[in-house]
Amino acid sequence: MASKTLSIKKNILSANAEKADETRGLLDNSNILMINIMSSPGSGKTSLLMQTISHFKDKYGIAVIEGDVASSIDADKILSQSIPAVQINTGGGCHLDANMVRNAIEKFDLNKTDIIFIENVGNLVCTADFDLGSHKNAVILSIPEGDDKPRKYPTMFAEADIVLVNKIDVLPHFDFDIAAFPELITGFNPSADVLLVSTKTGEGMDKWFSWIEAGLKEKIKIH
Amino acid sequence: MHEQSIVEYLLSLALKDAEKANARRIVSIKLVVGELTGVEKDAVTFYFNFLAEKTIAAGASLEFNYTKAQLRCRDCDLIFPREKLSYDCPICRKKAVEIVGGRELYIDSMEVE
Repeated sequence: MASKTLSIKKNILSANAEKADETRGLLDNSNILMINIMSSPGSGKTSLLMQTISHFKDKYGIAVIEGDVASSIDADKILSQSIPAVQINTGGGCHLDANMVRNAIEKFDLNKTDIIFIENVGNLVCTADFDLGSHKNAVILSIPEGDDKPRKYPTMFAEADIVLVNKIDVLPHFDFDIAAFPELITGFNPSADVLLVSTKTGEGMDKWFSWIEAGLKEKIKIH
Repeated sequence: MHEQSIVEYLLSLALKDAEKANARRIVSIKLVVGELTGVEKDAVTFYFNFLAEKTIAAGASLEFNYTKAQLRCRDCDLIFPREKLSYDCPICRKKAVEIVGGRELYIDSMEVE
């Protein structure tokens, strides 16, 4: 049989991007800010979330989507703070996608929600390529991981709206060039904010909280 | 492991376009993959052979065209390939660069019958 060549030129992840856009629209209609938190395993996503929830839970309606390869350890911690949390187990998969997040959102009462946090699967490689429908991407890098990570995983840092350098309290014990770091990030991504924080000592956390509230205000003004 | 979900998206896109063209079989698919996506050829092929079974894409060959990471200097506008893990502009030595290539992940074309 005669064969023919079809020109396609379509992004493989376009279906994911369409779903993500649809989700953003849904959240915009309810004035909800969704923040996607990404990092390597162990850099402090859950600790950051726990503190953020305690800080805001009496002021705003908060819901959390917990992505993990397996187990519900993180979601159980979040639920202990008495706020709505949905666990997505990716069953070995290394990222969340827009469909998984959308299904999780359906379980929340959107009328009672102001901010949704997504704790993505711990991974700096492909999580950045999957738009989840969030409004902001927050990337955490902790001091022990080293200051070379943005060079190794540039796309992750190029997608960030804010980069939190966590575990700043242990800086004296590591060869992390903190003076040059903000310029390394803004070189890739001039609009990114860079914050130095410690979820252990609380250093810099007030700036992170202000950044979230600024995001909320910006959102309400637009819609 | 992200290749599995990438193949699911790839296959559904390919099948939809093949159906639109009234194709009876997909013979080959030409892909463009940026090196920064970290998408591995062998893993994609493995999942594709498995997931395409019992579809009109069964047995189709995949052709991978990898693109290099390309950077644009925000200062002098020079576009240059990334060398190892250096992101400095080779002309003006500035570190302010935009990633302009190497993140591609698309189906370029398909051969169908």
